[in-house]
Amino acid sequence: MPDSPIAYGAGDTAIEQVNAMFRFTPQAKALGVTVTKTAKGRAWGRVPYRAELVGDPDTGVIAGGVLTTFLDQLCGAAAILAMNQPTVVATIDLRIDYMRPAQPGRDVLAEAHCTKLGKNVAFVRATAYEDTPDNPIAHVTSAFAINARKPKAKP
Amino acid sequence: MNPQERLAAALARIPYAQFLGVRAELKGDELTLILPFAEHLIGNPLLPALHGGVVGALMELTALTQLAIASKSEAFPKTIDINVDYLRSGKPVDTFARARVVKIGRRIANVQAEAWQAERANAIAAMHGHFMLPDDTVLTPGQN
Repeated sequence: MPDSPIAYGAGDTAIEQVNAMFRFTPQAKALGVTVTKTAKGRAWGRVPYRAELVGDPDTGVIAGGVLTTFLDQLCGAAAILAMNQPTVVATIDLRIDYMRPAQPGRDVLAEAHCTKLGKNVAFVRATAYEDTPDNPIAHVTSAFAINARKPKAKP
Repeated sequence: MNPQERLAAALARIPYAQFLGVRAELKGDELTLILPFAEHLIGNPLLPALHGGVVGALMELTALTQLAIASKSEAFPKTIDINVDYLRSGKPVDTFARARVVKIGRRIANVQAEAWQAERANAIAAMHGHFMLPDDTVLTPGQN
């Protein structure tokens, strides 16, 4: 098995590799999370609205937990996209502020930005919205542990 | 309906709780949510480990449900913010969560939650968050 998370699947471009990584993640695949655009240290993504992901049956609003998983996944991708040598990341902490409920029936979009890639820790912020980030559903602040690769012993 | 049945009915009405496969157990006023392991909950197939978002979702759901019990409300509160600390990776086994209502104010409540697997003492994650109470919340003396 590959130890680089973005070497899981076929694909020459970063966006294809990140989407391959998401398809390789059962819970991201179950939610239908995809990446729509990438840049250095940045990822844009989408989680489609589905009736089975509703958290409030009276209003039809998507569950907070769906956004937690989506945003955790997208922030992790932004951290990996900041690296020259992609490696595995693990969430240390994740804070989500909910500004308003998501609109029922609509896909949720988000963009994540790795604001600092340290040697051991990456810091990532994200915003979730339906149309534009200036009308946010939620803001995220997160930190990820970077699993540094052990250097291979020279023969 | 007894409280356990009412709780099961409330959870059964939440599609996302069914998507995760969450069950609830109520002993007195103490709630435990149980997330039986399932393949689709995996976040890292190499380890393998549960998805951090799923563990966060379980604790948020526990906090919301415990708060609904504590505030004697029929409706669920709304999440204002959550902070999730990940302490160890979630193994591909059943996960449990309990929440403690720290403070119920007039409109906002503060709740802490923990998730664990084999041993209660070794939490895999912790959460604290703030929740907006529904309008029908009944405050009992001493709670505010």
